[in-house]
Amino acid sequence: MTLGVVVGYLVVALALGLVAYRVSETTAEDYYLASRSIGTLVLLFTTFATLLSAFTFFGGPNLAYAAGPEWLIVMGTLDGVLFAVLWYVIGYKQWLIGARNGYVTLGEMLGDRFGSTGLRALVAAVSLLWLFPYVMLQQMGAGEALVGLTDGAVPYWGGAALITAFMILYVAVAGLRGVAWTDTLQGLFMLSVVWLAAAWVVSALGGVGAATEGMLAARPEFGSFGGGTYSVGFIVSTAITIAFGVTMFPQINQRFFVAKSATTLKRSFALWPVLVLLLFVPAFMLGAWAAGTPVTVPENANVLPVVLNEYAPTWLAAVVVAGAMAAMMSSSDSMLLSGSSYFTRDLYRPLIDADASERREAWIARIGVAAFAALAFVASLFRPGTLIEVGDTAFSGFALLALPVICALYWPRTTRTGMIVGVAVPQAIYLAVVLSAVVGAVPTLPRTVAGGWDVALGLMVLSGVLTVGVSLVTAPSEESDASRFAVAGD
Amino acid sequence: MTRSRSDLVWIPTFAILVAFAVPWPLWGVDRVVAGLPVWIWWHVAWLGLCAVLFALFVRSGAWERGMGQRPGDDAAGVDAATSGDPVDPTGGDRR
Repeated sequence: MTLGVVVGYLVVALALGLVAYRVSETTAEDYYLASRSIGTLVLLFTTFATLLSAFTFFGGPNLAYAAGPEWLIVMGTLDGVLFAVLWYVIGYKQWLIGARNGYVTLGEMLGDRFGSTGLRALVAAVSLLWLFPYVMLQQMGAGEALVGLTDGAVPYWGGAALITAFMILYVAVAGLRGVAWTDTLQGLFMLSVVWLAAAWVVSALGGVGAATEGMLAARPEFGSFGGGTYSVGFIVSTAITIAFGVTMFPQINQRFFVAKSATTLKRSFALWPVLVLLLFVPAFMLGAWAAGTPVTVPENANVLPVVLNEYAPTWLAAVVVAGAMAAMMSSSDSMLLSGSSYFTRDLYRPLIDADASERREAWIARIGVAAFAALAFVASLFRPGTLIEVGDTAFSGFALLALPVICALYWPRTTRTGMIVGVAVPQAIYLAVVLSAVVGAVPTLPRTVAGGWDVALGLMVLSGVLTVGVSLVTAPSEESDASRFAVAGD
Repeated sequence: MTRSRSDLVWIPTFAILVAFAVPWPLWGVDRVVAGLPVWIWWHVAWLGLCAVLFALFVRSGAWERGMGQRPGDDAAGVDAATSGDPVDPTGGDRR
C-alpha cells in the first residue's frame, strides 16, 4: 500500500513531464531553459523545489533530532536571507547578461567574456565534479526513506535504484519545461504534506507546548540557542559556504537565466523568505520534537518516516515520503538536466566534436545523464557519510567558484589568468582535503579548524584574493571582452 | 544614470538583515514563549521582516539602479540588447 502511494505519485509526475514534452520545441534553449519563458509562480516553485532536496527533507530533521533545532536558523539564514541577496547580486546580473547574449550555462558565459575555451571547460568540469556527490545524496535519501517506510521490506539499494531509473527517464524526455512544471506541483505538494504531518504529530503529542516540554525534558540543551555542534564557527561557515555554493549549483545557477521578465524575478525575490520559513519550521521542528518522544531511530535511518510511522496513520507516512521523494526528484532531475547541458555545451562540443549535429548532441546528453546517474547510484551504495556531510562537501566545492564569478561580473579589470588561477588553485586544495579523508594512504587533512570553522571558508577568501591579485599583475588577453558583461541601459 | 544617494541605504540594510538572521543577542537564552524557544520566534519574525524589506527594495526602484538599469524598465536586459546604445565599458555597477 505505502509503496503504491509513492509509485503512484511518481507516475503522475511523469505524466506531467510528458505533457510538457509535447509542447516543447527541439532547440537547446527550449530544452535547457524553456525558452526563457518562466513566470513568477513556476520560477518561485521550481527554484524552491530544486533547492530543497534530501538534504533539507531528511538531513535537516535528522540533524535537528541529533543536535538541536538550531539547524533551523542555519538553513533559514543561508537559504532565506543570504541566498535571496545573492539571488539579486549574482542572479539578476546574470539574467540581464544572459538575456542579452543568449547564454545557457555559466561556463559559456565566462568562456565568452574571457575568450577562453579552457576557462569554460574548467568551470564545467568543476561543476560536474561536485554535482556527483549531490546526485548521490538524493539516491541515498531515497534508499533510506523507503527502508524506513516499509520497515525494511524494500532494501536500501531498491529505493536508490527506483529513483535513479525515474530520474533518467524523466530527464531524457521532459527538458526544463517539464522539470519546472512538475517542480511547481512537487513544491506545493511537499509544502502541504509537511504541514499536515506536523499538525498530526503535534496533536498526537498534545500540542506545541507539550511537544516542546517533552523535547526539553529529554534534551534540556535543545532549548537554548547555540552550544554543542552549533558553535559560532559552524553556524557562520556553514551558512556562508552553502549559500554561496547554492548560487553556483548548476541547476540553481541556470534558473537565473530562465525568468520571463524582471518582474518575475522581483516577485520571487520578495516572497522567498516566507516560502523558506513555511517549509523549514515544521520540517525541522518535527525532527527536534522527536527527540522528546520514545521513538528510537535505527542507525542510518531518517527520523521523519520513523516518527510518522509511530504517530500518524500509514497513508500519511506514505504521502510524506512521497513528498520527500518529490523533493529529491525535483532536485535531481534538474541537476541531471543542468549537468548534461554543461557536459554537451561546455565540454563535448568545444573539446571533442565542434561540428556535432543537434541530434547527435541530444543523444550524447541523454547517454551522459544515464551514465552519470548510474555511477552516482553505484557510489551511493557505499554510503560515504551522512546526508549532511555529503551535501556540505558538495556545497563547499561550489562555493569556491562564487567569488571569482562575482569578480568577473562586477570588476571589468578581471583577467583570464586571474579567473583560471582563482578557480583552479582553491579547488585543487579543497579536493586534496576531501580525498585525504577517503584515501587511506594520505594523512587526513582537517576539514574544520578552531572548533567548527570550515577550511572551505578560508579557501573562499583565497579564491577571491587570487582572482583579484593575479588579475592585477596580468594583462587582459586579446580575446577577452569586458563589454560582454556590461548591462548599462543608459 | 539616475541612481539616488538614498539607494546606498540598502547596502547596510541588507548587511544587517543577513548578520542578524542568526539571533546572536539570544545566544544561550533558553526561555520558552508560546510553546517554542524564544529564539525560534526571533527567526520567524526576522524572515517576515526580510520579506517586507525585500518587497520595499524592489518597489523603490533601487533594484534596477543597482545594476545600472532604468527603473520601471521591466525587460531591461532585452531592451539594452536591442537599443544599440554605446555600451558602458566599466560595467553596470560601481559599488
